[in-house]
Amino acid sequence: MSDANRYYLKIAMPWLVMGALLLIWELACILLAIPEIILPRPTKIFAVFIERFDILLRFCLETLWTTTAGFVLAIVFGLLLGLAIGASPFVYSGLYPLLIAFNAIPKVAIVPILMIWLGVGAAPAIITAFVISFFPIVVNVATGLATIEPEMRDVMRSLGATQYEILTKVGIPRAMPYLFASLKVAITLAFIGSVISETVGGNRGIGFLMLSAGARNDAPTTFAGLFAIAIMGVAMYAVCALVEQRMTKWAFRGEVVG
Amino acid sequence: MTSAAQADDAPLVEMRGVSLAYGRGPDATLALSDATLSIAKGEFIAVVGPSGCGKSTLMKLVTGLLPPTSGEILVHGQKVTKPIRGVGMAFQNPTLMPWRTTRDNILLPLEVVEPHKKRFKANKAEYVDKVEALLASVGLGGFGDKFPWQLSGGMQQRSNLCRALVHEPEILMLDEPFGALDAFTREDLWGVMQKLWLDRRFTAVLVTHDLREAAYLADTIYVMSKRPGRVIVRKTVDLPRPRTLESTFEPHFVEIVHELRDLIHQEYAV
Repeated sequence: MSDANRYYLKIAMPWLVMGALLLIWELACILLAIPEIILPRPTKIFAVFIERFDILLRFCLETLWTTTAGFVLAIVFGLLLGLAIGASPFVYSGLYPLLIAFNAIPKVAIVPILMIWLGVGAAPAIITAFVISFFPIVVNVATGLATIEPEMRDVMRSLGATQYEILTKVGIPRAMPYLFASLKVAITLAFIGSVISETVGGNRGIGFLMLSAGARNDAPTTFAGLFAIAIMGVAMYAVCALVEQRMTKWAFRGEVVG
Repeated sequence: MTSAAQADDAPLVEMRGVSLAYGRGPDATLALSDATLSIAKGEFIAVVGPSGCGKSTLMKLVTGLLPPTSGEILVHGQKVTKPIRGVGMAFQNPTLMPWRTTRDNILLPLEVVEPHKKRFKANKAEYVDKVEALLASVGLGGFGDKFPWQLSGGMQQRSNLCRALVHEPEILMLDEPFGALDAFTREDLWGVMQKLWLDRRFTAVLVTHDLREAAYLADTIYVMSKRPGRVIVRKTVDLPRPRTLESTFEPHFVEIVHELRDLIHQEYAV
């Protein structure tokens, strides 16, 4: 196989695998005569996808907005908290156990509380997306700061650098690859958060659309919603990966990382 | 002793009965015990000894990065209580920042150390020229735009020396800076180091376990005992400068290295 062919094959691989899976799914549904209400055929799902595209798009955009809002909050808050925890051993020992305890709480349990406080609407979804996605950002940023080489610290201190200078000149640039790596995890978690919130209770977003379609036994629409979430998730992940590569080229040491 | 070392009567650095223990109470380990030595301005000293003998500790004490458990350290006749100004440091690990180009890495001390810090933004072009000249003097002319990870180990260590010297520190601390390099590159960098020192005459403290390196570079060699480290011998290297790789094969050089080696072997045998 020539190099060019290998290159194209590598790019085509995800599509080929996906196509093969959908084909197996389609054939299985036909050959085993699975009722549509249990598992609709992919062709049927695509048909619904196109037929009801305007409705799906409207609900998707609502979810995309709440997810992005929660995600941005998580970046700001996670970055600040991560810097504080990574820079100060006192903040670390004070807050870290609390953070772990908070992270262990299933977020689905707090949605009803948020509804009582904030009512039904975008706010509970934004907050759920935020609380579920900030934890990996905090941990990664703190790790990036805490793992500054002691020699680097000594070099800075012997130059008479202040703690603030060590933080801005060494700590923050060093934490950036950790931050961007965590964003890829955080964005998918943010989607889970907002969709959970929409599914538990709400009147908007793709989660709500799937829930109401499910209640009507409209399996194809429910599955179309699932596909829509997956597409949005992959798209946002790709955006994060692209930003990561742009911002922290040095961390990849010139190698191509997909 | 060289003429530079004799020029000033009052030593630049003095350590009087300095000890350092890591940890507290019964778990404390004594890393350095009763170290007394003095370094004249412009002198190049080397500290040699078995690993774990407190060589690096000694270096951190002189620069004020660690406070001594007992005894006192004076620089310019003043007691050291916090990290002192005007020090350059280079470690075995080059610790260059991978997100900065080589040039920007070497500019770092100028962004932090006064009086350069105040003038940095307005006079950046002047400082960049200075860095380029320094890079050229260690044989790295034209490599300023490269990132450290695009350079070989020896080139990284040259850049590291440039960073340690760019702000023209009075004292240069070298903690086994050539330890991780191959023999050829290491010997090459001895020459680079000697040239920089002959040009600028800063005071240098070299921590190493390579006796030939110590004899090549230093005016005075201090031999340390096993942990807890004590200074057991002070040896003056009375070889003319500039020394070359050829000098390292001359009988007197070999004699000095042998003598030091015997001392360290005896120290191990006890």
